[in-house]
Amino acid sequence: MTRGTQGDRPDNAKPEPQPRGARHKGNRPINQAEAAERFLAAPRHQQQHDTRLWTLRQRRDDQMWAMPEWEEMRSLASAIKEHTLSHLDTYLEMFEANAKANGVVVHWAKDAAEHNRIVLDVLALHGAKTLIKSKSMLTEECGLRADLAKAGVEVVETDLGERIQQLDDEDPSHVVVPAVHKLRTDVAKVFAATIGSDPDNDDPPYLAGAQRDATRPLILNAGAGMTGANFLVAETGAVVVCTNEGNADLCANIPDLHIVSVGIEKLVPRTEDLAIFVRMLSRSALGSPITQYTSHFRGPRKGGEMHVVLVDNGRSERLGMEEFWTSLKCIRCGACMNTCPVYRRSGGLSYGATYSGPIGLIIDPTFNARKYSNLPFASTLNGSCTNVCPVKINIHEQIYAWRKVLVRQHETPFVKRAAMKAAGALFSRPAVYRAAIEQTNEALASLPRFAIYNGLNAWGKRREMPHPPAETFHQWYTKNRGGKQ
Amino acid sequence: MSSRDAILSSIRANLPKAERLLPAVPKFEDNPPADLIEAFGNSLTRMGGRLLDPDPAGGAMAPVRALLEHSRLVCSSTSEIKGDLDLATVVDPRALADVDHALVRASCGVAETGSILLTDQDLKVNALAYLAQHLIVLLDPVDIVVNMHSAYVRPEFRERRYAVFHSGPSATADIEGVLILGAQGVRSLSVLLVPRNAAEHAEADL
Repeated sequence: MTRGTQGDRPDNAKPEPQPRGARHKGNRPINQAEAAERFLAAPRHQQQHDTRLWTLRQRRDDQMWAMPEWEEMRSLASAIKEHTLSHLDTYLEMFEANAKANGVVVHWAKDAAEHNRIVLDVLALHGAKTLIKSKSMLTEECGLRADLAKAGVEVVETDLGERIQQLDDEDPSHVVVPAVHKLRTDVAKVFAATIGSDPDNDDPPYLAGAQRDATRPLILNAGAGMTGANFLVAETGAVVVCTNEGNADLCANIPDLHIVSVGIEKLVPRTEDLAIFVRMLSRSALGSPITQYTSHFRGPRKGGEMHVVLVDNGRSERLGMEEFWTSLKCIRCGACMNTCPVYRRSGGLSYGATYSGPIGLIIDPTFNARKYSNLPFASTLNGSCTNVCPVKINIHEQIYAWRKVLVRQHETPFVKRAAMKAAGALFSRPAVYRAAIEQTNEALASLPRFAIYNGLNAWGKRREMPHPPAETFHQWYTKNRGGKQ
Repeated sequence: MSSRDAILSSIRANLPKAERLLPAVPKFEDNPPADLIEAFGNSLTRMGGRLLDPDPAGGAMAPVRALLEHSRLVCSSTSEIKGDLDLATVVDPRALADVDHALVRASCGVAETGSILLTDQDLKVNALAYLAQHLIVLLDPVDIVVNMHSAYVRPEFRERRYAVFHSGPSATADIEGVLILGAQGVRSLSVLLVPRNAAEHAEADL
């Protein structure tokens, strides 16, 4: 699978600069479309991103077809999650009691600030000044690294992709492959500037080796280790972590202190439930039958300490949202991102939020309805995300439902509201609608290009409008089946 | 109100109304592979691991000894091979930082995924399986189960503090999807099928 650099790039071609993500302007709505434009304007990045993610989607399909019970597994996964979420209080208490009995210290955090404070307190109690970490979307959501840095704690991400992003001072762009939007030339540039690798060598095995060698001493000298969690098992108090690089097990098994940050929705009731989720997680994510490591931590090592921080940060409130609570079933596999035509062509950073892609569109507005008010419109509502979701979240329906909520709350821009209002008036009057369609077809056939492809027509951007038919269906029907209406 | 109570009461106020029952999980074992060992080997290879060929002439442990021939530092938690470092004396896992080859016996194997299950009891020092450059695993063929469902029935998940499925060596494809074996953990994973008691006398001829 390893490819050299020679064949991929002509020697005289300069590396294409990496397009950066969405611009943040305080609490003003993120302009995803603007950032996506810049990603599309970088063809090498855009093509690599699109191809890579579509490959993951195809590998996922291969795994799915090889498993006759796939659809039954999806139904089971969904049912287990919905049951757990509708008894979440009971299962959290069960998990807490069992984890405590195993010698684990359990903390509860209402929000991001409390989570970060708890982690800092535990680190301070141990005099730990450096923390090695495996990838965790929750700690991204909580802005943990920035808060720890302010308190003088050095944080080292140990997953290759996450480390690339940390060293480039950029958020992860994907929940499973954080640096998927970068080319090898981008990584070579980041590593040359930060860990002293050869700036002229962008061979992936060389770059991965450089990061491994630079990270190993940091792991050996760290004061504490932190992991996220993919699942918590209520009946045993176990914390389950699924990874490929072996870094989570290094973080958890070398320093004396292991801190686990986990969202309260990650519970499953029984050990046997894990089989369902573990069989589907990596198949959905990367199209591999299982992650290289599936680790179960039920208690601290001899002489060590293990802490679990259970984080709410808006989740209990989301549980009460009738149309949206099932988004809490998400196991963060990223399959919806890999399949999404908008995501594949715009890059995860264009969403300007912790969670990007289809799942992001329905989670992000729960954190900030104004800032992320544009995101539910970054979808064609094709439903592919829903079809690939291993826990059967009706993602595209929730995207549509969010649009209605945001329009009701006037969180959408005026042009979009005015257009929707006009469309509503049109669709409610059949005769007017038919006349408009006829006129539009005529207009499409006869108007000069500049009248169709301009800034006011979003559907004309980067694609050709469909060829107008010679007659509308209604005209054809009247002519051929006339009088039989 | 403590944060714990605040979170729990917020959950109770927001619980979805409809009752949703917890389904029974089937074993999905209706069509097991005809040959579990062959299926395990194929799955292991797909994950980047390697099933060692037996060497009937050289003895049960010969394939392992061949791998260790040029190793600078061997550390074993098995009774079959002694190694250079006594794990019983290791208090700080960092003492294993320079291990070339680690040797351990697995609790079980999974044919579906080519995974092997290692516990804190198997490893003696958990970090052994990650700090070493290469991992060699002994697996009794009778300990191979069909799939993840049968694996999760095993007692290790209730009894051990640490239990981990290894499916091939550590790996990453974080740069343009190029697969690299040997990410942060071991660079290779080799499995030798050898019954638990057959190799009892193997150490004598080392």
